[in-house]
Amino acid sequence: MTSVKEGLGDKRGDVLMREQTTPPPASNAAGLRSASVMSGRGREARFLWLVPTVYIIFLMLPIYWLLNMSFKTTNEILGGFSLWPRSFTVASYVEILTNPVWYNGYISSISYVFINTAISVSVALPAAYAFSRYRFLGDKHLFFWLLTNRMAPPAVFALPFYQLYSAINLFDTPWAVALAHCLFNIPLAVWILEGFMSGVPKEIDETAFIDGYSWPRFFVKIFMPLIASGIGVTAFFCFMFSWVELLLAKTLTSVAAKPIAAVMTRTASTSGYELGLLAAAGVLTIVPGAIVIWFVRNYIAKGFALGRV
Amino acid sequence: MDKTWNNKAWFMVLPVLVLVAFNAIIPLMTVVNYSVQETFGNNLFFFEGVKWFQEVLNSPRFHASLLRQFAFTGLILLIEVPLGVAVALAMPRSGPWVAVCLVLMSLPLLIPWNVVGAMWNIFALPDIGLLGYVINAMGISYNFTSQPLSAWFTVVLMDVWHWTSLVVLLAYAGLVSIPDAYYQAAKIDGASRWSVFRFIQLPKMKRVLTIAMLLRFMDSFMVYTEPFVLTGGGPGNATTFLSIDLVKAALGEFNLGIAAAMSIIYFLMTLLVSWLFYTLMTQSEAEG
Repeated sequence: MTSVKEGLGDKRGDVLMREQTTPPPASNAAGLRSASVMSGRGREARFLWLVPTVYIIFLMLPIYWLLNMSFKTTNEILGGFSLWPRSFTVASYVEILTNPVWYNGYISSISYVFINTAISVSVALPAAYAFSRYRFLGDKHLFFWLLTNRMAPPAVFALPFYQLYSAINLFDTPWAVALAHCLFNIPLAVWILEGFMSGVPKEIDETAFIDGYSWPRFFVKIFMPLIASGIGVTAFFCFMFSWVELLLAKTLTSVAAKPIAAVMTRTASTSGYELGLLAAAGVLTIVPGAIVIWFVRNYIAKGFALGRV
Repeated sequence: MDKTWNNKAWFMVLPVLVLVAFNAIIPLMTVVNYSVQETFGNNLFFFEGVKWFQEVLNSPRFHASLLRQFAFTGLILLIEVPLGVAVALAMPRSGPWVAVCLVLMSLPLLIPWNVVGAMWNIFALPDIGLLGYVINAMGISYNFTSQPLSAWFTVVLMDVWHWTSLVVLLAYAGLVSIPDAYYQAAKIDGASRWSVFRFIQLPKMKRVLTIAMLLRFMDSFMVYTEPFVLTGGGPGNATTFLSIDLVKAALGEFNLGIAAAMSIIYFLMTLLVSWLFYTLMTQSEAEG
């Protein structure tokens, strides 16, 4: 509609245009009242959806390219540039899902990620409660010290971790990686959970204690359901950071517990340039992440709405 | 919220303390040990004082990778923060598209970092990658394995691709938490779009944006896997950032003393900047 008016080009059109560039306060205000209204009104707002769309297309391009490569034969990949696979094949996927070296990589990655998420969330829960409800000797220093561990570059810890976990005979087990990832996941979990717990009024605790609840029973029966979305968001972030980390996971494993990401690096370097296989393995590492996001998408929106990460 | 003074709360924190201390203090002490000692093998160590620190701080190699690191981190923050805020502002606030946007945008965050590197490697290959092919087809010579400028362009673009979503999600969280009353007040005053942003949205996003900048600073300062997989620190040393240099010294050349001293300097720098951010953040929280 706007463009039709602009297209008139005569004096009346000019007047209309001027009106649009300086809209009367009432219409401007209506546009501001809520976002759903805002996105439907005003000349600038009409094209607003373009920004996220272009951004998402930019995000999807490399992922598309990976998918594209994973369905091509090696000959076609090396043969030259093509926007989609001409000779469609799933041979790379078959190879990965039938070769134990490959699928064991997935199993060990998933097992240490789950162990880590379980440990991080369960020890962070009482600690976050303590930080959100009580003051105690050295609490602020302790909190900052915990956060500093999120800031330590993993490269700094690679060598000492190797020695430490070899010394306690956990080297090359999923437990070593799961425990090592606690270094950055526990502080993060405490930080996120503390934010959610502080949002729950203290009166709820007090009422429960007056009603004769013991602390553990109150915590499990009443408090945890109240912060369920917080626990969901926390588990999501623990999963995410443990799943994507490679430097420590690679340093702490050699054969038995090798994560899938490390199997990929080895393939890339030893067996020549098998791009199709590499691409298919890459696609398969995106899948668990995508599934997890899909399950927690509403929790995420809610968790973010509370202003905490 | 007023909190009760209760030292028994230490028992609730204890498991966290034990696990993190085990992972943090023992390795950190190992690093400190190495940083002040010299070894000639056979597990024989001699005290060397601050020799390694002097050597690292005076080495041109360290200066070069430090400079590259700062250039990279600065560039990343300059691009990702404004871009992230812009995308968050343009996103719908409610409706079915919100979940779709959130899911699609979080996707890059959940891809293992070396897969990100491998993916961009395939994407940017000059002859068969989409990005490389298109740039070359436009008549610009582009090859990230041989030209430093192309390598930098690719590494920065990859990081923007990988991490801008985090800024978007945080800024978006800040935006949706602004109560409608603020917009209604702005409407009564007849505020323009810009002043709504400048005086309502930006101040309300200040906290989450500080968190976003803190996270982006920390993570880009310790970036290792993605550029390592993509360029291996090359061509030459063009994209050798601090972590890559450190791992080269520690695990590649087994220069334990140098690597440990570097680790400590590196850690202290991250800590200092993060502490500044943290103080800034808690101060602004105390103000309101």
